[in-house]
Amino acid sequence: MQSQDTFNYTVVRQFALMTVVWGVVGMLVGVLIAAQLMWPELNLAPWLSYGRLRPLHTNAVIFAFGGSALFATSYYVVQRTCHVRLFSPALASFTFWGWQVVIVAAAITLPLGFTTSKEYAELEWPIDILITLVWVAYAVVFFGTIAKRRTPHIYVANWFYGAFILTVALLHVINSAEIPVTLWKSYPVYAGVQDAMVQWWYGHNAVGFFLTAGFLGIMYYFVPKQAGRPIYSYRLSVVHFWALIFTYMWAGPHHLHYTALPDWAQSLGMLFSLILLAPSWGGMINGIMTLSGAWHKLRDDPILKFLIVSLSFYGMSTLEGPLMSIKTVNALSHYTDWTIGHVHSGALGWVGLISIGALYYLIPRLYGRTEMASVGLITLHFWVATVGIVLYIAAMWIAGVMQGLMWRGVSPDGTLTYTFAESVKATYPFYAIRLLGGTLYLAGMLIMAYNVWKTVVGQRAVDAPIPAAAAA
Amino acid sequence: MSDFTHEAWSLYIALITVVSIIACAVLLKALSTRRVAKDEQVGTTGHTWDEDLTELNNPLPRWWMWLFYITIVFSVVYLVLYPGLGSFRGYLGWTSTGQFEDEVKRAEARFGPIYRKFLAQDIKQVAADPEARAIGQKLFLNYCAQCHGSDAGGAKGFPSLRDGDWLYGGEPEAIKTSITEGRAGLMPPQGALVGGDEGAKDVAHYVLSLSGRTHDSLRASRGKAKFDTICMACHGLDGKGNKQIGAPNLTDNVWLHGGTEAAIIETILKGRKGEMPAHKDFLDAAKIHLLAAYVYGLSAETGK
Repeated sequence: MQSQDTFNYTVVRQFALMTVVWGVVGMLVGVLIAAQLMWPELNLAPWLSYGRLRPLHTNAVIFAFGGSALFATSYYVVQRTCHVRLFSPALASFTFWGWQVVIVAAAITLPLGFTTSKEYAELEWPIDILITLVWVAYAVVFFGTIAKRRTPHIYVANWFYGAFILTVALLHVINSAEIPVTLWKSYPVYAGVQDAMVQWWYGHNAVGFFLTAGFLGIMYYFVPKQAGRPIYSYRLSVVHFWALIFTYMWAGPHHLHYTALPDWAQSLGMLFSLILLAPSWGGMINGIMTLSGAWHKLRDDPILKFLIVSLSFYGMSTLEGPLMSIKTVNALSHYTDWTIGHVHSGALGWVGLISIGALYYLIPRLYGRTEMASVGLITLHFWVATVGIVLYIAAMWIAGVMQGLMWRGVSPDGTLTYTFAESVKATYPFYAIRLLGGTLYLAGMLIMAYNVWKTVVGQRAVDAPIPAAAAA
Repeated sequence: MSDFTHEAWSLYIALITVVSIIACAVLLKALSTRRVAKDEQVGTTGHTWDEDLTELNNPLPRWWMWLFYITIVFSVVYLVLYPGLGSFRGYLGWTSTGQFEDEVKRAEARFGPIYRKFLAQDIKQVAADPEARAIGQKLFLNYCAQCHGSDAGGAKGFPSLRDGDWLYGGEPEAIKTSITEGRAGLMPPQGALVGGDEGAKDVAHYVLSLSGRTHDSLRASRGKAKFDTICMACHGLDGKGNKQIGAPNLTDNVWLHGGTEAAIIETILKGRKGEMPAHKDFLDAAKIHLLAAYVYGLSAETGK
């Protein structure tokens, strides 16, 4: 049969195109809520208010955009590096349609105000159940493909994808353990500080596994492919893989410094966040050093620019993270816009740029082409996005540190020097810069959508033949 | 979920923490033994995936390895000095509660004398002191402005503090009691008693007449009969209110919940509820004293 000789690119194509669509949607909502912070009049109706759109923005960017990118690339990478067709096309198709239903359900229920109020786990219990089903199917497809591989060794990208899939299943099931009251309301089974701890164990590992391990999987395939160079160090990938997935599990309590969480738990959260620095950087080193001997390619290959600058933002955020987890620093940074800046240097810089770079590599190959319709537009997208990120995070750094200092300012008579409203007023110009940065990033996504449209439209979907099994 | 209070849990935590940190070091040590000789060409692992994916086997960058070790050593030292290993307190005896109490103690030593000086003075005297008023204003902006406005002008449902009109009395001690103990104002719904919408409208017109505003005198005379049997219990026969229970004066044209005919009718039909929280739980006596003086000074400033 012919279908056995080619890879299953159908599901990869579906997820790849939806990544672009959800990227535009998620970032558009981001720009809207940034504008609402500047002009509160834009809270036009309850379902368009900041409080409801903010979780829609985070869910759309993390789970719709990021999630689709992970599905698309992992299905592509696992087939190609195992030299076999994807296991169970029916389940793979179910993961696509199931995941899209989850996203659409989120886009309806969150604006209507249905929420568990747990950050990054806001979706109510019926959607949680669907997520679980999709995720189990995902694991079966992924590990099923690994099991029937025709290569003796499992490629490093698949370690990271595998860890991401297993851990997210664990995180989702434990943190979403809840007791339904009505169809759209449930309460968590945990209470008080234990609930907070479970939530941030989930929350930080969502960053660690969804947004880091998964995207390192992308990095380990697309960087060496695009650079045409071998991975820098197998040994380094072993150390940093095990250290990363092990250490991340402990870091959650740093979200709860100076709260009711016991001191010992706060200390452990801080220390393991510090230990996490080197394992995180291991991935950055392995990615960037893969380019050694091919640095010149960075000059005129915009896809490589995306991938490498993404790794630079990854390195920067993973230095900033441990720094902010130190209690003394956290006492200044917590609850300020510094946190927002940190998250966006990770989300826009690392997650966004690596996904975009991978898609520019991937999409032409799914339609029998060698490159995107316009390479010039990739370059333009790169610069617009990079300038956008820099404006965004610089504005939030300054705003965050300023807020932290204003909140702790004490006059000689012992009263607070500034009222809260004064710190809001002082933040105003930085909200304008942030809005500009976010708009630029969104503009980049629109450039991408246009380029993808030009690349795809009128082209026939092509499933590449499976190459002969590699020598052992 | 139950609480993990048994001592064995502490041991369990300490144990897995120590084993975990050691495991990181062992992993690092095990994979960092290889070094590259000069001129040696680092080869690949010999595996190939997807036509051309290969891996070099470079040794770990030394600076990276040391960075990793430093964080491990730092963690061990920290766990000896600070709480972290289960219920072991750490040699420095630091706790977040202790840090908080220290800071409070230091603040008390530094700022206490300033506040005690004013606490010993009469509120009227404090209200006339510019330094005290400056402190009072900053306290007001942080603790009171959210409801009463940064200019103390109030908002719907939140009384103005500078118009000389007082629900519970404008004497220094009354203001102080309002801040310390809080106030709970309650006007019960009167729809059934006054005879529904029409009855409420009659009463509203009488209330309008009390402060000399435009009203329908026929309605007002019908309303007066009801006012004199129902409303007078709290607002008094003359409508001048009762400061004992915070019933507003209805004759002065100052309106807490709006003075339009519609707003008054709504108040009569549905009742009103207001709450000023007690501040004694989070502000000490001296700060309340200064706040009372500041608020007293505001109304003194504007005339009455």
